Amino acid sequence: MSVKITRRDYSLVGKDTQLAEELGLASAEWYACPIPRKRLKELMQRRDGPAIRDTLLWFALLGLTGWLGWHFWGTWWCVPAFIVYGVLYCSCSDSRWHECGHRTAFKTTWMNDAVYEMASFMVLRESTPWRWSHTRHHTDTIIVGRDPEIAVPRPPDVWGIILGFFSLKSGPKEYKEILLHCFGRLTAEEKTYIPESEYNRVFWTARIWMLIYAATIAWAVSMRSILPLMLIGLPSFYGAWLLVIFGLTQHAGLAEDVLDHRLNCRTVYMNPVFRFVYWNMNYHLEHHMFPMVPYHALPALHAEMKADTPKPYRSLIEAYREIIPAILRQVKDPAYYVKRELPPSAKPFPGPVPAPQAAR
Amino acid sequence: MNNGWIKTCNADDIEPDDVIRFDHGDRTFAIYRTANGEFYATDGLCTHAQVHLAGGFVMGNLIECPKHNGRFDFTTGQAKGAPVCVDLKTYPVKVETGMVFIQIND
Repeated sequence: MSVKITRRDYSLVGKDTQLAEELGLASAEWYACPIPRKRLKELMQRRDGPAIRDTLLWFALLGLTGWLGWHFWGTWWCVPAFIVYGVLYCSCSDSRWHECGHRTAFKTTWMNDAVYEMASFMVLRESTPWRWSHTRHHTDTIIVGRDPEIAVPRPPDVWGIILGFFSLKSGPKEYKEILLHCFGRLTAEEKTYIPESEYNRVFWTARIWMLIYAATIAWAVSMRSILPLMLIGLPSFYGAWLLVIFGLTQHAGLAEDVLDHRLNCRTVYMNPVFRFVYWNMNYHLEHHMFPMVPYHALPALHAEMKADTPKPYRSLIEAYREIIPAILRQVKDPAYYVKRELPPSAKPFPGPVPAPQAAR
Repeated sequence: MNNGWIKTCNADDIEPDDVIRFDHGDRTFAIYRTANGEFYATDGLCTHAQVHLAGGFVMGNLIECPKHNGRFDFTTGQAKGAPVCVDLKTYPVKVETGMVFIQIND
């Protein structure tokens, strides 16, 4: 039996945008687990200490692996050095970009903003457009036509996902937009979520980035070597693979168009090294429900919410045992999604789980 | 009501460094108490995405919106950067006989 594939419009200016608004899915109220205000206030407390410690360690590791890569350039020993450097440069920046974008990692605002700008450059996400796109992602998480950060639209583009391991799909698109911004223009989609007051910041940041790239290329030309680009620029590509492995666990294969993060986010247990790289973003359901809680308090928040949320995944492997078959099935049957089961202690999902896309 | 002043809550209803929601007619307000025991009042909804600020986090003179982490100085209403761009309206507050009053005569 053949299944008719219904293609939805994941753009922010298409038919599904209007549909989401008509169905009351845009800027809607979301379910929140009941946590006593006093306890939530304790969990929301900001501290500089953990993020300063982690950032100094991150810089030290970046410096060490970058130096090793430089020192052993021309030998096979530079390969492991650059593999680790690339992960620290790009994949690690994903979580720093994320937590500092929420301004929760540090207590001190300028520290959040400084690390945010640096991490944005390293993970190749323009700081201002992506701040606003992420804001929309939190308003309308996995609402088709509203969320600009749906990583796996249905039917999934498996080849695109594979290219994503080295930013080969998102990277060129990002450079095209940087160039556009350098000339003082925005895309039609960006105009739907970036306020006009922020336009100049977008344009000037893009120009500064271009200068950094131009200076690095000039350095490489003067050295007649790509080594400078191995340190600045190229790691955003060759170091992206771990970011994708972690990032796909957040929402891939789960329900679209629901107003309960328990249905469209995953929490996956990770080892301490991964949690350092990912800054506890593996507690993704907790983060989406309470974005004011800093990364270092997410394990404690998880303990508070556990009885009201689906069972967390015990490991990346367990998560991918669900994600890979779900993505492959969605290629042929885009209506399919993984429905999360709540424990008996949990409050029920508010309202019916919306019908999958094929029913529309 | 007296010259626009309306009674909202007991001063003790708000913990130091915290905020509560107060609804009046079809309007909603946020009433704050600082660690020093000073009281302030603003409109209750974030100017960015219309989320109740009473669910947010008070840090000194700042209120952080629970949805997108936008921040306002609740003593002046000033928006303190993306994603909030529009200031909050503030209201005069007084405490008499242990009760918090706000003036909304506009």
